[in-house]
Amino acid sequence: MTAEQIIQQILFFISAALTLGSAVMVVATRKLIQAALWLIVSLFGVAVLYALLDASFLVVVQVVVYIGAIAILFIFAVMLTQRDQRDKGPQLNKSWVLAALVGLATFGGLTFLVSSWTGFGAAAAPIPAGTVDMVADLGTALVSVDQYVLPFEVASVLLLAALIGAIYVAYNRK
Amino acid sequence: MLFDYMAIAVFVFFSTAIAVTAILLGGLFGPRRKSEVKSEPYESGMIPIGPGTRRMPVRFYLVAVLFILFDIEVVFFLPWAVSFRKLGLFGLIEMFIFIGILLVGYFYAWKKGALEWE
Repeated sequence: MTAEQIIQQILFFISAALTLGSAVMVVATRKLIQAALWLIVSLFGVAVLYALLDASFLVVVQVVVYIGAIAILFIFAVMLTQRDQRDKGPQLNKSWVLAALVGLATFGGLTFLVSSWTGFGAAAAPIPAGTVDMVADLGTALVSVDQYVLPFEVASVLLLAALIGAIYVAYNRK
Repeated sequence: MLFDYMAIAVFVFFSTAIAVTAILLGGLFGPRRKSEVKSEPYESGMIPIGPGTRRMPVRFYLVAVLFILFDIEVVFFLPWAVSFRKLGLFGLIEMFIFIGILLVGYFYAWKKGALEWE
């Protein structure tokens, strides 16, 4: 393994641990606003994973849409709920041991099955440097007649429908 | 390839480190003398009424939804802007159509008074 691959491996393990750890915190914490903040950490870990996979556009989408928009919407939803409405019961029910065992067995079985695949332990082939700029490619594809120009324009209609729908539902009509 | 993200990594590292250090130093050296009056929520010197956490007005929700929709618009702008110079006039016209359709929604929001804060 080259030095860059080793660094990639280390970064992968750090970001995977960060993603999973904060995902556990999302469901483990009792305060909703803290759960939403942990969700942001988890989503950021996924963004790092995308970066490790060379998917630069997805990194931007992950940060702008998921952290920037979806997480903010979650925080708004938390702010709109009343504090007295929160759940006061225990967080584990009595069959949690069984559920954990089934979860572990499923994970073990899937790992066993996938480990027989040859690509399981192999490092991903690096994308040759300087061949394609994927974001620029996507931009070209979005406005090319033989590619995605129609879906691109239809997307704006979809956004328009969502905009009008949101205003119609949320706006206080007299 | 990883070094392309170096600037972001350094930025994230230092912003986290500064925040953590500030909180740690405050926790280490700050005196902690709790009292009844101190734990009251501050309300411009008045005696607080009602619970500390109140529900936000639903108006904020509309702002959030509008923000998300325009945020997704930005996602479409980004790849287009990267290859803008290659795309020529056709790409520009396509983007104007895209923005034009969305401007209809913007004017609808404006006309409906959704951008006003009464």
